[in-house]
Amino acid sequence: MDSQLYNEPVADPALIACPHCDLLQRLPDLAPGASARCPRCDRELWRRREDSLNRTLALTLGAAILYVVANSIPMLGLTVVGRQAATTVLGGAMHLWENGPQLVAVLVLFTAIIAPALQILFMLGIVLGALRERPPRWVGTLLRHHPTTRTWSMIEVMMLGVLVALIKIADYATVIPGVALFILWVLVFLLAGIQASFDPREVWQRIEWADGAARRAVTDGRMAGETS
Amino acid sequence: MSPAAVTAMQQGLQSCETCHLLSRPAPGVEEGRCPRCDEELVFRKPDSIQRTWAYLIGAAICYIPANLLPVLTTTTATGKDSDTILQGVILLWSPTGWPLSLIVLFASIMIPSAKIVALVYLLISVQRGSVKNNAQRIRLYRMVEFIGRWSMVDVFVDTFTAALIQLQPLMSVEPAPGLLFFAAVVVLTMLAVESFDPRLIWDATSAKEVSI
Repeated sequence: MDSQLYNEPVADPALIACPHCDLLQRLPDLAPGASARCPRCDRELWRRREDSLNRTLALTLGAAILYVVANSIPMLGLTVVGRQAATTVLGGAMHLWENGPQLVAVLVLFTAIIAPALQILFMLGIVLGALRERPPRWVGTLLRHHPTTRTWSMIEVMMLGVLVALIKIADYATVIPGVALFILWVLVFLLAGIQASFDPREVWQRIEWADGAARRAVTDGRMAGETS
Repeated sequence: MSPAAVTAMQQGLQSCETCHLLSRPAPGVEEGRCPRCDEELVFRKPDSIQRTWAYLIGAAICYIPANLLPVLTTTTATGKDSDTILQGVILLWSPTGWPLSLIVLFASIMIPSAKIVALVYLLISVQRGSVKNNAQRIRLYRMVEFIGRWSMVDVFVDTFTAALIQLQPLMSVEPAPGLLFFAAVVVLTMLAVESFDPRLIWDATSAKEVSI
């Protein structure tokens, strides 16, 4: 396996390159709540969060509970001339699978149900792992894939879509907003809150390294004594 | 810009896309792995320009049937009726519904086309080695990255409208083939944004600064 070809890290852990313009620079020591931006392209490089892990854990646990509830009860219903219909989020995707372009059903399933679930689960794993004294390797694996789940988790977009569908349907029938609809709105805010309270750099600095070298215990942003 | 501006690539350093650790590849090794998070390291995303073009061309092709084919078919006692995205926008237009109608118009028609045009501009300017308007170009990229997901709105609208309006024989709504092409436009443009390497915007400028 050529996976052993690990790069040699630079000695100064504060030295970074801007991900948007590659400019080399040194991150300043930030106070909690402060942020650093790239002087050349204005990209936010790091925002240090206050009490990041505990707050993120609380928000993620809340999100996990709301997610389960929101997906097990009806989100939207209607009545017209004595007839009733209701659907859950999953019901929408299933109907599409049976009647419409199945690829689109898969996309809806992925962006509205699977990706949000992974987003919450990964974050739960990351935070619980990072709360240990020495975060294990798998925390890094989760942290590596978390941005992808975030990109494809589209609950807030779905909620706008549901709002439009609701107005459309209101022309033909009496719409009954389900309890899940309100829970999903709260979930949207919790997911945004997780994003605003989580500090990935803090976790990366304490994580066990992939190359297996024991020498790189980093505390307070400084390299501990090199032993290997 | 200060003359001291140096990029990681010019120093032979690779920045990890995942954990942002800066590291140096072993001598003679082109692409190693990040010692901290195990990510494969590169100086720039491989074949970024070609891959972004490929996704964009795919998106532009799908954009045509996405707008010409119906996305929903409504069956009532009097017959069948099919609506394209634009017809859906017009149907939604009413004294109370017009703000939502505008949102769908923006999200479904303007944003996908604006995304394609913006990325084509970024690609061409990078390929021509432009050193102008870097700050505006990177801002444009961030805007495209941020706003792209909202194009999915119409997919969700049609999904839930079809799932709910099943009142046979009075009225029923079913998704139609246009929806597949529309979803393809959204996904392809999102993949295009992800495969574009924003650092390319600055590379021509960085090279120039060093040569002075």
